[in-house]
This record gives sequence, C-alpha cells and structure tokens, in this order.
Amino acid sequence: MTKAAIRAEAERLFGAFVAAGAVPVEADILLPAETLLDLYGEDIRARAYITADPMAGEMMLRPDFTVPVVQGHMTNGADPARYAYMGEVFRRQEHLDGRAREYLQVGYEVFDRAAPQADAEVFALFQGLLADLNLRSATGDIGILMAAVKGLTTTDRRKRALLRHIWRPQRFRALLDRFAGRAPVPAARAQLLQRLAADAPQALIAAAGPLVGLRTAEDIAARAEALLEDAKAPPITAPEAALLYDLLTLEAPSRAALAHLRGIAPMLPAIGPAVETFAARLDALAARGVDTGALPFEASHGRSTLEYYDGFVFSLLAPDADLPPVASGGRYDALTAVLGQGRSIPAVGGIVRPALVARLRGGA
Amino acid sequence: MLKIGVPSKGRLMEKTFQWFGARGVTMRQTGQEREYSGAVDGVDGVELVLLSAGEIPRELAAGRVHLGVTGSDLVRDKLADWDRQVADWAPMGFGHADLVIAVPAAWIDVDTLDDLDAAAAAFRAAHGHRLRIATKYHRLVREFLTANGVADYALVDSQGATEGTVKNLTAEAIADITSTGETLKANHLKVLSDGLIHASQATLFAARAADWSGPSKASLSALAARLGLPVPAVSG
Repeated sequence: MTKAAIRAEAERLFGAFVAAGAVPVEADILLPAETLLDLYGEDIRARAYITADPMAGEMMLRPDFTVPVVQGHMTNGADPARYAYMGEVFRRQEHLDGRAREYLQVGYEVFDRAAPQADAEVFALFQGLLADLNLRSATGDIGILMAAVKGLTTTDRRKRALLRHIWRPQRFRALLDRFAGRAPVPAARAQLLQRLAADAPQALIAAAGPLVGLRTAEDIAARAEALLEDAKAPPITAPEAALLYDLLTLEAPSRAALAHLRGIAPMLPAIGPAVETFAARLDALAARGVDTGALPFEASHGRSTLEYYDGFVFSLLAPDADLPPVASGGRYDALTAVLGQGRSIPAVGGIVRPALVARLRGGA
Repeated sequence: MLKIGVPSKGRLMEKTFQWFGARGVTMRQTGQEREYSGAVDGVDGVELVLLSAGEIPRELAAGRVHLGVTGSDLVRDKLADWDRQVADWAPMGFGHADLVIAVPAAWIDVDTLDDLDAAAAAFRAAHGHRLRIATKYHRLVREFLTANGVADYALVDSQGATEGTVKNLTAEAIADITSTGETLKANHLKVLSDGLIHASQATLFAARAADWSGPSKASLSALAARLGLPVPAVSG
C-alpha cells in the first residue's frame, strides 16, 4: 500500500466528515509534553516520542489529535461545534514487531450538549462510511460502570479508589475483591494495620526515623488514619457486589443488554439515569438506521489505560484480530473539564485509520 | 573472530577474568595497565573487547560483539524485548544487586505497591503534581509499576547518588540498585516489601544478531566445551 493511496483514502474520509458538517481544523505536530504527561501519566512515555527543546522544554510528537482539538475548541470554539482533522500521529513501539510508528488518522469530533444524539451521529457516520468493509462493531458505555461504582453502599474513599482505576481492569478487580471481602486482607496490610494501631501516627513517624522528602507528616498521618478507618468499614454487601461483577461481564446485543440493565436498575438505582441515557442513544441510533437489535454491547469495552472515555465507546474491527481497530472513539466529557480550566462541554468523537481502510478495500 | 565484550575496568572486569580463568580460559589486558586492549588464551579465534558495562547491551543488540558480560539489569532496561535480542547464556554468580523501589522510612503508612499507589493519588491531590520516583532504569521501573497498577507517579531521571534525591526534594521515592541496603538506610529510606523489580547479576549473554557463520560458530562450540556449557541457540 503506497503512501499516496493511503492519503487518497484519508482525503475521501476527511471530505465525508466535512460534508457531514465539520469544520476542518489543524493541530501542531510538536506539542508541549507537560499537558499530555499530566493527563495520561508516565505510561504515555512508553507510547509517544518525547524530545527536548532548548527553550520550550519537553515536547511530544503528536500521539493523537484529541488534546489539541479540545484545547482549540475550549479557547475559541462555537457551541455546538463539529470538527474534522487529518494528519500523522506518532506512536513509540517498545516491541520488536510493534505496530506502525507513524500513521495517518482522520477524525471527527462533536461538541454538543445533546449527548445521546451526538453519540449516535458519530457512530452512524463512521459505520456508514465503512459499511462496505464488513467490519465487526463493538460498543460499550463506561458511564454505566461509573454510575454503578458511585452508587455502591460504601465509603467515598473506596468509591474514589475504584473510579480512579476504572481504566485498569485488573487493578479495579483486585480492589473490588478486597472491598467486597472476597479476597483476604494481604498479610502485609494486616501487619501494617497492627503497627498503625499501636500508637499515634506522629509518634510512629518520629520513631521510624528522620522524615525526608516533600511528603509531609500530615500527609502520612492522614493516610494512616484513612487505613485504620477503612479497616473498620464493612465490606460491600454480597448482593451489591454480585450486581457489579455481573455488570463488568455483561455482553449482549444492545437491546438485550438494555433489558438486562433495566432489570437490575431497581436493585442498583444509581445506574438508572445512565441506563436511560443508553436507551436514548439506542433510539437515536435506530433513527439513523443502525440495527440496535444486533449491535453488540460489552459493559467493559474501552477499559484500557491511556483512555479517557467516560461514556459511550465504540470500535469497528477488521476480521483479522491482529489488526488494530479500523476506527474507534467515544465520549470524553471529563477530559474537556480537565483541559477547560473550569469550563466543560460534552464531547464525543472518533478516528479512522485510513491505511487499514485502504488495505481492506483491496490494495494489498 | 568471535568477539567477546567484557567490562573494561574495576571489580566487574576482575571477577569476569576470574570466572573465565577458573574454567580454563585466560583473559588478560595487554599493553599498559590503563590501555583498553586484551587477549584470550585457551580457545582459538576468540577476541577480547573491553567496553563500558553500560554499552555492552547496545553492542550485543547490534551484533558487533558475539558474546558479552554485563549486568542482567542493564540488558533488561536498555533492550526492548531483550530476550529476543540476546540469549541469556550463563549467570556468573557475582555482581549481585537488586533493583528495588524505596520510600522514606518515616512513611509508616506505606509498605507495599498498593500503598504506594494510594499514597501517590493522595500526594497528587495535596501537592498538585505526581509523586516523583528518581531512577536511571526507566523501562524496567515503568513496566513494573504499570504491571502492578500503580498510577499518579512520574519518573525523574537520576544517573547517580539517587538515594539523595528524596532529601534534596527532587523526588519523593526512588528505584535503584542495592546490594546491602546500607546506602538506603543511611539516607533514611526503606524498601517496599513487594518492591523487588529485578534481582540482577553479571551474566554472559550471546547476541542473536551477530554473524554466527563459519569460524565464529566453531569458536563458540569450542568455548562452550571449555566452559562446560551447552551451546546457546543463537548460532542458526
């Protein structure tokens, strides 16, 4: 597949996004690393190229368009707004037979307060543009999972810990097992609790030796007290935990998934609004001709590190499971709040990899 | 010629020479004491290349040396998919050092990675930046922390005197090698109970990318016989 053929495919997709009402936008290739590091954490260093500028400090070769497009919108965007972009992104590969280090992305982002309609607009547009490729759809909704966690009958601290790790399924599961009393208290933690219970935190800190570093005695005492408090908190009840485990593994066609979620909503009332958002999205998708009776839904879809999605998520996948998604996207309302310095706007969007489209369309 | 890269100075070089010497392969420096050239006696067709221990992983990956002696920590940190680039031929039983995560001893609330993660989240909320971990082993530390679900930290580079970074307020915790733990203790740090990232030792590695055709293959077989080791599966 030649670069020219891939670019032609990218331009076709870009043209379709513009025809759908998007304003074309550009973004810098060299981005200040600080914002991205702050947002994604240390993991991004393994996934992006970082270089040093003598004046501007650490810079990153654009790993995706979302951050610069959101920043541009938050500075001087209309409300509502639709944007299209096309350009290279750069992904560092830490393995010998890794994926492409640079490739074209074409994207479409919608900033619109009518959320279920905007979700449906983006998904239907992407699915329609790629309809001839016989891709498999995968969808999910991280908002339902977040609502379920927020609705648990447990301490705020435990809920915050679970929410913080919602994109790290293994860690999330380990925390949930512990909070639900399904996993025993690790020996190290039991010993730690015993030591902490022996004396006042300040005395223990003083006895442990001179305190070095920025983390203060107050920081340490606060967490020591939190640990003791947590040890006294009752486990998440078995029925409630069972609902959450059930939710984590829910996989069904969308309409069946909706019926199932409506079935458990009376027992987990906090998910009610998120479930009705899901219902409204399905209606909006159906109105755009998507077969929601067959559309696959997985409650845990899109839970991977470096993601910031907090609502609807989707991927369009090639039959060859070794290939990355041909298209993927989702809702990222919280990201706009982080980047908007106090302001936020509901946002949803996605990207297509034109190189894969060109390949599947019969290049080679 | 089969080229073997060996650390060019200090105890690592002496111990390496002793290890080979005990197996009937004599390595020695030639020329003046400080000159970086050497010779190998006991097996034909083997050339000694004296290199900085830190550069040996790179030379192995490029196939510019066939064999190399260096710390297993350096190979794992510097080479992506290290075991596909080099074969781990023989652990040599010296140069032991553990790469560990250490935090201030006064952190009475932190004993495990799980605690570190929770402390990092609270630290970030209270101080406005991620909890900094000073290290020179970026890949090893990052992969270890990611695998263990630790978030809200940032690695800061420290090429030496890493134990001092906490006191100097340039980091809140460290990831560094230690053999006895004395330096950590002297700097008021303690090792997390599950904070062992890698137990390193000097290791003889074979380069998969080196030219193993013809004479170097024969020399490898002869060397393996002399060392009493199976021939490593790198020579095609």
